[in-house]
Amino acid sequence: MKPFGYLRATSVEEAVRAAEGRPGARFLGGGTNLVDLMKLGVERPGLLIDVTRLPLDHIEELPDGGLRIGAMVSNSALAAAAPVRERYAVLSQAVLSGASGQLRNTATTGGNLLQRTRCLYFQDVSKPCNKREPGTGCPAREGIHRDLAVLGHSPHCVATQPSDMAVALAALDATVHLHGPDGDRSVPVTEFHRLPGDHPEQDTVIRPGELITAVQLPPADRGARSRYRKARDRASFAFALASVAAVLDVRDGVVRRAALAFGGLAHRPWRARAAEEVLRDAPATEDTFARAAEAELAAAEPLRDNGFKVPLARNLAVAVLTELAAPPARG
Amino acid sequence: MSPHTFPLGPPPYPLGEPLVRREGREKVTGAARYAAEHTPPGCAYGWPVAAGIPRGRVAAVDTAEALALPGMITVLTHENAPRLAATEDPTLSVLQEDRVPHRGWYVALAVADTLETARAAAEAVRVTYETDDGADVLLRADHPRLYEPEEVNGGYPGTRERGDFEGAFAAAPVTVDATYHVPPLHNHPMEPHASTAHWSEGHLTVYDSNQGATKACEDLAALFKLDKSEITVVSEHVGGGFGSKGTPRPQVVLAVMAARHTGRPVKVSVPRREMPAVVGHRAPTIQRVRLGAGNDGVITALSHESATHTSTVTEFVEQAAVPARVMYASPNSRTVHRVVPLDVPTPSWMRAPGECPGMYALESAMDELAVQLGIDPIELRMRNEPDTEPDSDRAFSSRHLMGCLRDGAERFGWSPRDPRPGVRREGDLLLGTGVAASTYPVLIVGSDAEAHADRDGTFRIRVNATDIGTGARTVLAQIAAGALMAPEDRVRIEIGNSDLPPAMLAGGSAGTGSWGWVVHKACTALRARLRDHVGPLPADGFTVAADTRQENSERSPYARHSFGATFAEVQVDTVTGEIRVRRLTGVFATGRILNPRTARSQFIGGMTMGLGMALTEGSEMDPEFGGFAGCDLAGYHVPACADAPRIEAYWVEEEDPHLNPMGSKGIGEIGIVGTAAAVTNAVWHATGVRLRDIPLTPDKVLPHL
Repeated sequence: MKPFGYLRATSVEEAVRAAEGRPGARFLGGGTNLVDLMKLGVERPGLLIDVTRLPLDHIEELPDGGLRIGAMVSNSALAAAAPVRERYAVLSQAVLSGASGQLRNTATTGGNLLQRTRCLYFQDVSKPCNKREPGTGCPAREGIHRDLAVLGHSPHCVATQPSDMAVALAALDATVHLHGPDGDRSVPVTEFHRLPGDHPEQDTVIRPGELITAVQLPPADRGARSRYRKARDRASFAFALASVAAVLDVRDGVVRRAALAFGGLAHRPWRARAAEEVLRDAPATEDTFARAAEAELAAAEPLRDNGFKVPLARNLAVAVLTELAAPPARG
Repeated sequence: MSPHTFPLGPPPYPLGEPLVRREGREKVTGAARYAAEHTPPGCAYGWPVAAGIPRGRVAAVDTAEALALPGMITVLTHENAPRLAATEDPTLSVLQEDRVPHRGWYVALAVADTLETARAAAEAVRVTYETDDGADVLLRADHPRLYEPEEVNGGYPGTRERGDFEGAFAAAPVTVDATYHVPPLHNHPMEPHASTAHWSEGHLTVYDSNQGATKACEDLAALFKLDKSEITVVSEHVGGGFGSKGTPRPQVVLAVMAARHTGRPVKVSVPRREMPAVVGHRAPTIQRVRLGAGNDGVITALSHESATHTSTVTEFVEQAAVPARVMYASPNSRTVHRVVPLDVPTPSWMRAPGECPGMYALESAMDELAVQLGIDPIELRMRNEPDTEPDSDRAFSSRHLMGCLRDGAERFGWSPRDPRPGVRREGDLLLGTGVAASTYPVLIVGSDAEAHADRDGTFRIRVNATDIGTGARTVLAQIAAGALMAPEDRVRIEIGNSDLPPAMLAGGSAGTGSWGWVVHKACTALRARLRDHVGPLPADGFTVAADTRQENSERSPYARHSFGATFAEVQVDTVTGEIRVRRLTGVFATGRILNPRTARSQFIGGMTMGLGMALTEGSEMDPEFGGFAGCDLAGYHVPACADAPRIEAYWVEEEDPHLNPMGSKGIGEIGIVGTAAAVTNAVWHATGVRLRDIPLTPDKVLPHL
């Protein structure tokens, strides 16, 4: 068997110390992705540092009106939390659209952010993959890639980040708090996940030994409405073919503020800055929304079999923005 | 054998009552033990090594690193594995030669004290291959190596022709010529294939997950050159099979080999990801259906041609064109199969082989014909209802397709139906309805059983039936109680063990008919004996043995089939191309329903699986690396609860005296048969787009909206 160490950390300091200088160490949250990958032989940690007992399982109201979500808050608890449902509907919807009830009960906020990108070749250790074994090649580019990236991919990797939660966090301008050997730091969630570039083996900018301690949400825009919508092969328990998270504030028929992010299209949640540029101060019409989505998706470089994702993402964005711009339904 | 003499009604004659599964409590409490949950003392664990090349041969196997692991017992390869006798199923000839016919073929087995060590050792086995270039894994309708097989699965002739199809098709005023694609599909039963083999005092006991322990015992006896009396195969509880456990699979051979080689009990389970490569799959089909009809809708020309793949290991031909020989009257007809051996895993049975993919194509073409003619799809089927089975001219023992269509139409609310496509909108959703017919043959195989009357007034029935989740124990108790005229709770049922009287496997929807008949026969004889007996029973009671080989030795003079109709309502999201089924209604004519509760489960289970076939399930070969590209349930989407919102199953009363004493037809498979076409026909009605390449996932749908 493949022996590995197991340590149940009782404090953040202890967890980070245990990981220091041990590249084979992995923090264990819910394990819904890490343990799967261990079974597949993709992950072979020498030490699992169980962080599920750390006192990071609270959602805290911040003085500025924002929220601080502990890294160990379960996906189920996050989606059900009243302040999340009331002020950050897009986040609750996104979390609930992912995985299954059982997985959401187990999966943690920090772990959800750190789930690996998905690709059949990455998961199959009998085949080459630049992400798993840098330099071995990317068979997905010419192989089976219907589910893979249309934006931001590189010759070395076309995998997609599967987290629904992260897409909503990207649209909400959330911040990831990290604690590592060099102390605390914070990274905007939109910069937390990487594009594959020349180093597809790195999904995020997290440094060795760093632990996610919390995700912070800025105060909700009280005038805005938000929504997450996901297209998938199966009604539940399926990864996004494409998804969109949107926060929209319309006053007098004009877009006052808009934040838009796509999921299922790239190696990271795709914050749609070009679309937001088109939306800002523009009339809140379907025409504007279509132009905005198209402005963003102009950069798409679909592979042979995933071109459908471009119109799919466009349609999702237009539909969600149109819905958010409409007056709220009564009753 | 008239069904009228069979006692019906509430206990003590409980046939037709919705009794709950006898082993239900054991299963839901976890007390029921499955094949991998038997651990004899000293049990070792085997973990297979799957070939990592598209095709070629094993040049060398380096086991040094694997064998060095603490707790390792051995690594079996083609060089040291026990020699097997050849059988009719070459997929069982594992570790006998260096040839690798496809990716995922087993090339070694690591055996160790623990599962973890066996697994680590399997990963440490270094296999060197000689890879053949040019592995060919893709089925094409114009593949140059396609040939017409003599025979297809089920023993049917590969090709049948009546009249002059070409002439009639050319002369027909209305025609349909369409080609439908069905991808490879996986059975994926909840319980993976698993076996625990144990030699003790010269006797081999195997706990095996299969659909027929008799067949498993026979095959193991042949492979290992043993007498059947030296082997006991136990298959007490089986967590589904859907055909993939109909005959033994490689894991049981590996477990027995390893147990013989090591002298210890050995357990082998097939990992979920390896199942697609070694347990069989539904072969892909490319089916061209041509229908020619008069303006009155009467079909004058019918051609169904199916191209499919098999492996280079053995020929298995999915009999997709066979149901066209049963369904509709046409004086001119041709049904043709073509098959090409590719470097793919060996296909096999999956729920309603032949009928399921074949009826998807035929019933889609019928819908296209109805549209062309401007005739309601139900009316079109009525106009082409045959008097006798078209291919054989035999009378039907019973055929109530029309009854199913009428009854279903009423329950579903089919009429009034606006036939125009693409006109029903609900926001972004397009709505539509569709219908398709279904059929499945009645198969009955002669079996053996014993009925025993004990002095204490209880009965024991012994028959090697298998309960693969269907409720076989329960329905057999009902049949026995009826024949014995005894309360059902006084009847004990022993099944799932090859030491029991041999019987048909749980497949071909033939289980209950085959087992029930022989149980009925044994019980009837036992009751006669008890009636004639005066005084208390002898100490060891009475035992009566029966077999039904004689009754089933000749082909029935009747064409015996189940029929059914499935109705679907779908919504198609014009934003995303996502299709969801809103409701399914199935009505079936399957003889007498013996237990409405378990029967309903079979019907709705089949319909749910058909829904998956229409919308979510599909596999593909990897052209570069060989083998199936995706092998887990994260990517192979079986319907989840949210995909199956409202599924209703009903049946029509059907009296058929030409079946068996119960008057029953099989029900395990027909539920899947018409469902895919009903759903895809509804998609046409919703959108006006005819998509002929299932599953209808958003990538295929969205570009047409």
